[in-house]
Amino acid sequence: MSNKYKDFKKVLEKTLNRFPERKEKFLTGSSEEVKRLYTPQDTENIDYEEEIGYPGVYPYTRGVYPTMHRGRLWTMRQYAGFGDAEESNKRYKYLLEQGQTGLSIAFDLCTQIGLDSDNPMSVGEVGKVGVAIDSLADMETLFAGIPLDKVSTSMTINAPAAILLAMYVAVAEKQNVDKSKLKGTIQNDILKEYMARGTYIFPPEPSMKLITDTFEYCSQNIPKWNTISVSGYHIREAGSTAVQEIAFTIADAIAYVKAAIDSGLDIDDFAPRISFFFNAHNDLLEEISKFRAARKLWAKIIKERFDAKNPKSMMLRFHTQTGGSTLTAQQPDNNIVRVAIQTLAAVLGGTQSLHTNSRDEALALPSEDSVRIALRTQQIVAHESGVANSIDPLAGSYMIEKMTKDISEKAMDYIDKIDSLGGMITAIEKGYPQRQIQQSAYKYQKQIENDERIIVGVNKFTSEEELNKNLLKVDEAVENKQKNKLKNLKNKRDNEKVEKSLDNLTIAVKNSENLIPYFLDAVKSYATIGEICDVLRDEYGEYQEELVL
Amino acid sequence: MKNKTRILIAKPGLDGHDRGAKFIARALRDAGFEVIYTGIRQTPEQIVTSALQEDVDFLGMSILSGAHNVLFKKVMELLREKEMDDIIVFAGGVIPEDDIPNLKNMGIKAVFTPGTTSKKVIDFINKNK
Repeated sequence: MSNKYKDFKKVLEKTLNRFPERKEKFLTGSSEEVKRLYTPQDTENIDYEEEIGYPGVYPYTRGVYPTMHRGRLWTMRQYAGFGDAEESNKRYKYLLEQGQTGLSIAFDLCTQIGLDSDNPMSVGEVGKVGVAIDSLADMETLFAGIPLDKVSTSMTINAPAAILLAMYVAVAEKQNVDKSKLKGTIQNDILKEYMARGTYIFPPEPSMKLITDTFEYCSQNIPKWNTISVSGYHIREAGSTAVQEIAFTIADAIAYVKAAIDSGLDIDDFAPRISFFFNAHNDLLEEISKFRAARKLWAKIIKERFDAKNPKSMMLRFHTQTGGSTLTAQQPDNNIVRVAIQTLAAVLGGTQSLHTNSRDEALALPSEDSVRIALRTQQIVAHESGVANSIDPLAGSYMIEKMTKDISEKAMDYIDKIDSLGGMITAIEKGYPQRQIQQSAYKYQKQIENDERIIVGVNKFTSEEELNKNLLKVDEAVENKQKNKLKNLKNKRDNEKVEKSLDNLTIAVKNSENLIPYFLDAVKSYATIGEICDVLRDEYGEYQEELVL
Repeated sequence: MKNKTRILIAKPGLDGHDRGAKFIARALRDAGFEVIYTGIRQTPEQIVTSALQEDVDFLGMSILSGAHNVLFKKVMELLREKEMDDIIVFAGGVIPEDDIPNLKNMGIKAVFTPGTTSKKVIDFINKNK
C-alpha cells in the first residue's frame, strides 16, 4: 500500500465518521453496485493490447473504424411515420430538409403483423404507431420524390421484413435505381419479438428461414444492405438491465448466425451485413461501458466460435435509440435533458447512427416541434460539445475499463446459460429470457415506488402541471381512407396476375425455395401484405405467446 | 361465495408493450388478489369472453398504441350487451389527458396514466371491491 493511499484511507475514515455518505449503496441504472473510487488496481488485470486495443482493430473495444466520428459523424436518423403514406412522405421530406441524414420508417402495427387495413383485427390501429402500408402502391407514395440511391433507409419491420424489402426493391426499380446501389437496414429480428416486442406472426422455425433467405438474397443482389438489425433496444424497454440487453441480443445474433450456417451460407458472406440496435439510458458511464463491452464480445464470439476470417464479420456496428421508457409524462420538457445525456452515452459509446426521442413521447407521437429539438440535440452534441473530436475519449478511465470488463463477463455468463439451455430459440420456448426481463422490470419499478430510485418530476420534485396541449393526434379518418384505397386497388389491379403470383409463392414455400424472388413478383402484381402473409400463415401456422407472469 | 377479488388484466389491440400490464398484474397478485393475465393481441370479443369465463370483478386494460378510443369502446359495448356491466373497468397506458373524459363516459371507472404507482391501483380496487 502506497503512502498516498494510506493518507487517503486516513482522511476518508475521518470524513466518514463525521459525515456519512448519502446512501449505503450506490447503484447504477441497472442496479449494479458502484464503488466509491476506482484506481489502477481495478484495471491491473486488463491487458491493453488484447482487451482494449485500437479503433478499427480487433477486438474493436474502442470502435469499429480507425477514425470513428472524426472521419464521419454518426447518421442522424429519426424514426418516423404515422397516418398514411402521403402524410409520412411529408414528414420524411421535412426531416431531410432539417439536416437529417437517413430515413427510418415506422410502420403501423397492422403492417408489422401482416394484416391489411381492412382486416377486423386492424380496427383502431391503422396508421397509429406508424405508417399504414397495404401494398406497393402505398410504398410508391411513401418514397415519392425521395431518390433511393441518395438516402439510406432503415425499416423497423420484422415478421414480414422480407416482403417490405421486396416492396422497397420494387420502388427502386420504378425509380430506375439499380438494387445494388440500395443502402439501408431491415430490422428482421424475430427472436426479440417473441421475447419483448410482440410483433411476431409465424413460429420460430419458418421465421428463421425467412431471415436466412434475406441473408442469401441480399449477399448476392443488394450487397450494401444491412440484412438484420439485432435489437437489444426493445429488450431494454421491456425492463431488462444493461447486461441482459447485450447478452440476450448477442445470444439472438448467435442463433441467426447458426441458422445461416446450417442453411449452407459461409460466415464471411453474411456476417459483415449483420448490424445491431441498442438502447441508451440515463446512467451515462454504465451505458458507455455497455457499448464497448458489446463490441468486444461480438468480435471474440464471431472470430473464436464461428471462425470468421473477414474482419468486417467481427465488427459490431450499431444504431442507438435513446430510452423511451426513461421519459416521463410529468414535466415533459425535462425529457429534453434526459435525451441529451443519453445522446452523449451513445456518441461516447461509438454509435454508427442515432435516433433521439422527443420530449412528448410518453404522451403521444411526437409533434414536429419536438422532433426538431430532438434532432438539434444530436447536432449540438456533434458540433458543440467536442466529444466527437477524439476517439473513445473515456478509455483508460479506471471505472470505464472496469465496468466494460464486468459487463462483458456478466453478459457472457448469460450467453453460456442460454447455450446450456440449447440456444435462444429453446430458451424463449422455456420462457427463460422473458422471466429474466420481467424480474428486472419488476425490481426497477418497485425501486421507484419505494423511493429508492429518484425519477425527477415523478416521485420527487413534482409540480402542478397544466394539461398538455399540442399533442399529435392521428386522424381517425386514416382507417377509412386506407380501406377505400385498398378497395380501389383490388378493383384496378390485374387480379389474375395476383392469383398466379400467390400460387407460385405457395409452391415455393412447399419446396423450401428462397422466397424473396416470389415476394418480389407478388408485390409487383400489387398483392397486399395481408394476402402474401395469409399464404405464409396457411403454410407455416401462427406463433402462440409463451405466457410468463 | 367467492372470497378473493378476481381481476382480469387484458391487452386489447395489436401492441406488444406489455411491461406495464405485467407489472400491474404482478403487483396486484402480490397484494393478494386473484389475477388473470390474457397476454397480448386480444380482440374485444376475446377479452369479454375471458372476463365471463373467469368470473372477474374487475377488468383492467392496457393500450400504448393509441387505439384506446376505438377498442375500449368496443369492449364496453360488449360488456353491456352481455349484461356484464357490473364488472368494474379500469384502464392504463399512453392515453392523452383530453381523451379521459370520453373514456369515463363510456363507463370506464378510472384511467391510470404513465407514472401511476401500483399502490394507487391497489387503493382503487380496495375502494371499489
